[in-house]
Amino acid sequence: MKAFLSVLVSLVLTSGLQAAPAVLIRDATIHTMSSAGTLEHSDLLIQDGKIAEMGHGVNAPAGAEVIDAAGRPVTPGLFGGLGRLGIEEIGIEPTVDDYSLKLGAMRPEFDVTAAFNPDSVVLGVGRLGGVTFAMLAPSAEAGGKGAAGTIIAGQGSVARLNGAVVPMAHALFIDVGGDASTLSGGSRAAQFMLLQQAFTEVRSPKSFLQGDIRVLTPGGRQALQSYLDGSAPMVFDVDRASDIRQVIAFAQKEKLRVVVKGGTEAWRVGPELAAAKIPVVLNPLDDLPQSFDAVGATLENAARLNKAGVKIAFSLDDPEPHNIRKVRQTAGIAVAHGLPADVALAALTRNPAEIFGVGATNGSLERGRPADLVLWSGDPLEVSTLADRVFIQGQAQVMRSRQTELRDRYLQKLRANAAR
Amino acid sequence: MLRQFCYLLLAVLVTGCAAQPTKADKQEKAAAATSGPATSNTPLGAQAFYPSTYKVPPTQPTLIRHATVLTGTGTRLDGADVLIVDGKIQSVAPGLQAPANARIVEGEGLWVTPGIIDVHSHLGDYPSPAVEGNSDGNEATSPSTANVWSEHSVWPQDPGFRTALAGGITTLQILPGSANLFGGRSVVLKNVPSVTYQGMKFPGAPQGLKMACGENPKRVYGDDKHEFPSTRMGNVAGYRAQWAEAREYLRDLEEYQQKLATGGKEAKDAKPPKRDLKLDTLAAALKGDILIHMHCYRADEMATILDMSKEFGYHVAAFHHAVEAYKISNLLAEQGVCAAMWADWWGFKMEAYDGIPENIAFVDAAPGGCAMVHSDSEEGIQRLNQEAAKAMAYGARAGFNIPPERAIRWLTANPAKVLGVLDRTGTLEPGKMADVVVWNRNPFSVYALANLVFIDGVVRYDRENPGVTPESDFLIGQPAAPGVDR
Repeated sequence: MKAFLSVLVSLVLTSGLQAAPAVLIRDATIHTMSSAGTLEHSDLLIQDGKIAEMGHGVNAPAGAEVIDAAGRPVTPGLFGGLGRLGIEEIGIEPTVDDYSLKLGAMRPEFDVTAAFNPDSVVLGVGRLGGVTFAMLAPSAEAGGKGAAGTIIAGQGSVARLNGAVVPMAHALFIDVGGDASTLSGGSRAAQFMLLQQAFTEVRSPKSFLQGDIRVLTPGGRQALQSYLDGSAPMVFDVDRASDIRQVIAFAQKEKLRVVVKGGTEAWRVGPELAAAKIPVVLNPLDDLPQSFDAVGATLENAARLNKAGVKIAFSLDDPEPHNIRKVRQTAGIAVAHGLPADVALAALTRNPAEIFGVGATNGSLERGRPADLVLWSGDPLEVSTLADRVFIQGQAQVMRSRQTELRDRYLQKLRANAAR
Repeated sequence: MLRQFCYLLLAVLVTGCAAQPTKADKQEKAAAATSGPATSNTPLGAQAFYPSTYKVPPTQPTLIRHATVLTGTGTRLDGADVLIVDGKIQSVAPGLQAPANARIVEGEGLWVTPGIIDVHSHLGDYPSPAVEGNSDGNEATSPSTANVWSEHSVWPQDPGFRTALAGGITTLQILPGSANLFGGRSVVLKNVPSVTYQGMKFPGAPQGLKMACGENPKRVYGDDKHEFPSTRMGNVAGYRAQWAEAREYLRDLEEYQQKLATGGKEAKDAKPPKRDLKLDTLAAALKGDILIHMHCYRADEMATILDMSKEFGYHVAAFHHAVEAYKISNLLAEQGVCAAMWADWWGFKMEAYDGIPENIAFVDAAPGGCAMVHSDSEEGIQRLNQEAAKAMAYGARAGFNIPPERAIRWLTANPAKVLGVLDRTGTLEPGKMADVVVWNRNPFSVYALANLVFIDGVVRYDRENPGVTPESDFLIGQPAAPGVDR
C-alpha cells in the first residue's frame, strides 16, 4: 500500500510541478467560474505552471508564448464524469477491463484506482475534448458466469487526464434501485438492510456476538470508517424518486456526505435534495422511461433541479470512458431545455470539482492556482466548437492523440488517391 | 398448393426485377385485387400479407415563408418559401403565393430541411422500458435467422418514437440486431403514431436484410455457446454456405416459374422447390428486391464482404457502423456502397478501437462517396443533426469544407437513397412527400430544436403545442410521468 501511494505521489509531482515556458493568452473571454465572473477581452498569464495574472494589458515575460485568442473563450478544464477512464481500455475484453469486483462479498476496501493506467490512449482522446479531470468509478455488476458483485461497487479517486491521480479525492460507489436488485438477493428492500448492517458493524462492533454473520472484512470496516465522518462522499447510483427519498433518509440518519448519481427522477424530489444539500450528478439526455425506475425521465431534469436549488454536475450514463468529451454536448442540450448557460458550465467545472474534493485545484480560474484550462474555438457548449489548447495543472498539452495519428495517416492516403 | 397459386402475384414478381420501390405497392394492390385465396409462396409474396395501412389524413395547405431552406439536393436557399399542398412539396422558391386556406408559418430566422431519416434504429424492437419482456431485437438462437422480420417485433407504443419525432425524424429503418450472420428482414416506418406497426409502415418501401460481420456473431455463438461460428473465417464460411444455397433455391424457383409460363404439360407437371422462409429472404436479396445492410466495423472485413458480394452476385446497399470506413473511403465510393456512421462513438469493443471523429468527413470527401449519419440508439436518434454538426467540425479541422447544404444529405437524401425511397422523400423537390422539419435555428447546433415536424404535410410535432403528438399508451396514467411537454 505504501509503495502504491508513493507511486501516486510521484505521479502528482511530475505532472504538476515541472517547469514550462510562460504562456500569455491575449484577448480571451475568460469564464473564471469564480466570484470574478466572466472577464471580456482579458489576458491570462501562465507562469511556472500557475495562473500568474488575469486582467487587461498583462505583459508577456521574455520568452513567453503569446496566443492571440481574438475573443475566444477560456474555461476551466472540464470534468469528464464518473466512469472507467484508464481502467477500461476497450469494452468487452476482460484483460483490459478492471472496473468491477465480483468476489460475491461486500468489499468497500476495493479501490479501483490501483488499476489506473496513465498510458491508456483514452486519456489523450478525452484531453483533446477539453476534459482535464474525471472521477474513476468502479461498477457494481451481476457477474455473469462467475461470482457476483454487491451493491457496494468499491472506491475510486479523481484522476487527471495527464495521467495523475489525486489519492485524497476518493469516493465510495453504491448501486441501489431496480437494476441493483440482483446484487441484493432479489429485492431493493434488502439494499438498505445490507448497508445498515455494514454501518452497524463499523459503528457498533460490540453489538455483534461471536459467530454472528458479518458482511464486511476488517479491511472493509476500516475503509467504511473513512466515510462515516463525511470527509469523503458516498455516491449512490439511483433513479426512482422513492429510492432517492430512501437515500436521503439514510444519509440523514447516518450523517453521511452523499451524492446522487443518475437521478433520472430527481426533479420530483428537488426540494428535499436541496434541503439535504445533496448534489446530483446527472445525464441531461435521459428523457425516456428506459426502466420502471425512470418513468419520470425528462429533458428538463437539470433545469428543474437547478431551479429547486440543487447543485448539479454532468456525467454520461455510460461509464465507458471513450467518449467522455460528449459530456460538453449534454450541457448544451440542457441549456436548450431551460438551464442557464452559466449553470451548465458550472456543472462541467466548478460543481463537480467541489463535489469530489478538488475545488482548490480544479473547476475555476483564480490567480495563484495551477493552470487547468481550455481555450476553445467558440462557444464552449456548442457542438461545432473544438478545443484549441488544453493546459492541465500548469502543463500545455500536446494536441495529439492516437485518433489524430490515425486521421493523419489515412488523410495522406485519401488525398493521394483523390489526386490520382 | 399449386392450384391455389396466385398467378397475378407471380406475374408481377417475374417481370419486375430491379429494386423498384413501387413494386411492393403493386404487390399490395395485386394481393388486394385477388378475390380467391392468395399465397405467399414466393420470395416476396409474403409481403402482401402484411400491408401498410398508413393513410395520409387530409390537411390544409401550408406555406412556410422567408426561411433558410436546405433542400437535401445540395442547395441552400436563403429567404425562400416552401409550399405544401395535398401532402406533397409543391414548390420551393422565394415569394410564393399562399392558397386561400393555407396555414402560414413565418420562417424568418428559421431553417427548413427535409425530414430526418435514420437508416439504423431498433425502436419498437428494443423499446423503452428495456425490460426483459420487451427485448425483441435479436433472434439470437441461430446464426442465420433470415426468416425473421423486424416488423413482427415492433411495439408501436415505444415512447422513443415520440422523442425521435421531436428530433425531426420522419422516416426510420428498424433493423434486427447484430447477433447473427443473417439477422432477418428490416422494415421502413414513417414516424406517425399508430396502434399497429402496419399503420406506420412506409407504403411501398422495400424491406432490407440485416447481416453482421465481426465480433458479435462469433461472440454470441462461439464464445457464449461453443457453436459455429467462433471466428471471422467461420463468419464468412457461414455467409457463403447460405448464399450458395440461396442461389440454388433461386434457380429452382426460376425454373419452376419458367415452366409455369410455358404452359401445357410442362406447367402441369411443374413442382415448386420446398418452401424455405430463410431462403425466400436470401433469394429476394440476390435479386435486389431486398436491400442488404451490413453491420461491419473493420476496413479489412468490409473489403472481404465486397469480394463475397461479387462471388454471389449481389450489391451491399450500405455498411453500418463502419468505424474504419475512413481507411477505405475510396474503395467504398468506387463500388457505390454507402456507409452509415456515428460521429464520435468508439472503443466499446476491439473492432471499434480505431474509430475517429473524422470518419464521416472522410467518406464524404472521397469522389462519389456516400456518407450517412445513423443512430443505433434511442438517444442518438433524437439529434442526428448534432451528430452531423460534430462530424462537420472535425472534418473542417482536417481541412474539409462541408457547408450545411452538403451535410444535410447525410441524414436525408443519402439514407433515402439507401432505403429505396429517394423518389418519394429525402429532399424538398416538388412532388415528393412533404416530410419537412422547421428548425428554430441552424440545425447544426447544440441549441437547435425542431419547431414543427410535418409528415406528408401533416403537423405531427409542434413544440409550442406538444399535445399534437399523442403520448405513448405506456406513459398514460403513470403518476411519475412528466407529461407531454417534458
